[in-house]
This record gives sequence, C-alpha cells and structure tokens, in this order.
Amino acid sequence: MLKVRFFSLIREALDCEELNLEFTTETVTIDDVKRRLSAQGGVDWQDVLMQPNVVHALNHRVVDSSQALSDGDEIAFFPPMTGG
Amino acid sequence: MSVLVQEQAFEVREQYEQVLSNSPGAALVAFTGYVRDICDYGVVEALELEHYPGMTEKVLDDIGMAAAQRFSLLGWRIVHRFGVLQEGEPIVWVGVAAAHRGEAFAGCQFIMDTLKTRAPFWKKEHLKEGGAIWVASKEQDEQREREWRDSTL
Repeated sequence: MLKVRFFSLIREALDCEELNLEFTTETVTIDDVKRRLSAQGGVDWQDVLMQPNVVHALNHRVVDSSQALSDGDEIAFFPPMTGG
Repeated sequence: MSVLVQEQAFEVREQYEQVLSNSPGAALVAFTGYVRDICDYGVVEALELEHYPGMTEKVLDDIGMAAAQRFSLLGWRIVHRFGVLQEGEPIVWVGVAAAHRGEAFAGCQFIMDTLKTRAPFWKKEHLKEGGAIWVASKEQDEQREREWRDSTL
C-alpha cells in the first residue's frame, strides 16, 4: 500500500487530505501515481496534479517525479514552500 | 543544536538565552520573523501556517546541520510556528553561535534563506476585509537559495 498526502492549495483543490493506493506494477514511479490518480479522479485531479510547479516528496524527502517507489512508501504532493 | 516546531507562541528572549547558555562562541546572531500587517492584497488580520509534520522537523534539522558544518557553528537553534498567528506575532526564530561574526552572520542567513524554500510550510493570509489567499512562492527567495548552492562561502 502507498500512503498519499496532499497539502496546502493542492489539498484544498482536491478536497482530500490523504488516501491509500494499492501498490501495483502500474505504480512504479511518482509519475505513475499521478497518472493513476488523474484517471480515477477525472479532469479536476489531472489539472491539479499535472501543474508544472507541483512538488513531490517521498518518505519526507523532495524528489523528482521519476523516482521509483516501494510498497509502504509515503508520497506527498504540495505547492512550492513559503515558510519563514 | 535544536529544532522546535510548535503551535503555541514563543518568547524570543528565551530562545536567545538557550543558544547563549549552550554555546561557548564569541559571536551570536539571531533573526526573528514576524507576521506582517500588510500584504499585496490588503491588511492582514491573521496568518495561517500549514506544515508537513515529520518532514518539517527532518528538513530543519538537515538545514541546521548543513549550516553548522559549512560555517563552523558552535551552536544553532531553529524555532518555527504553525497554526493561526495574529499580526505582529513571531513566526520564526533562528539563532547561531560561532567563534567569529562572519561565520555567525553567514550561518544565520544561510539557514533563513534555505528554510524559506526547503522547509514544508505554507502561508495563508487572512485579510481584514474578508477572504484568504495562499502566499505564492517568490522568485527572489528561490534565487537566494540558489546563490548559496553556487557560493563557495
């Protein structure tokens, strides 16, 4: 199982804080997860997740969307950070 | 050498004394960031700060340790709030101790410039006249972080 979390503007736009996704041979990378969620959620999810400035984290580290996944991983999608 | 991420308000003086008492350095530089009263869209009533628990602490710790190594810091502390903050309240506090002022100034600035674009916090400004807007990331902040990456300082 993969745990998928959403923060800030993305959480609000999708109206979803987190969800679990079955880990399959079709979810090998974060790009695959984006494609699968877009297919499940429809155009609204696709519009949000495919924005070019979406940041991806894997197990609390920012990574490229081509990053390979393992069962049990936690993935997060969020906009560029604005702390400080 | 510590990170504090909390919802409740903090006393700037206590943070300062914490670094001072734990670090034998001859130079101490501290920065405090406060909730501003005006933003691009009007008068700010409150600032809401969302963060990613677990990742936030890890990233701030990485930034502090990188600063300590790069600028030979003898001590450092990062305090950052989340939740709803009122205008004028402290949001973030960074304090560093070093043997000399050059390292202390540079270390403190490195931590602030890096955490602005790398620590998973997101600000939402609630306006006095109603409505709320997520703060957009600034190219200027990205540029500052890139400059540290390219710098040999």
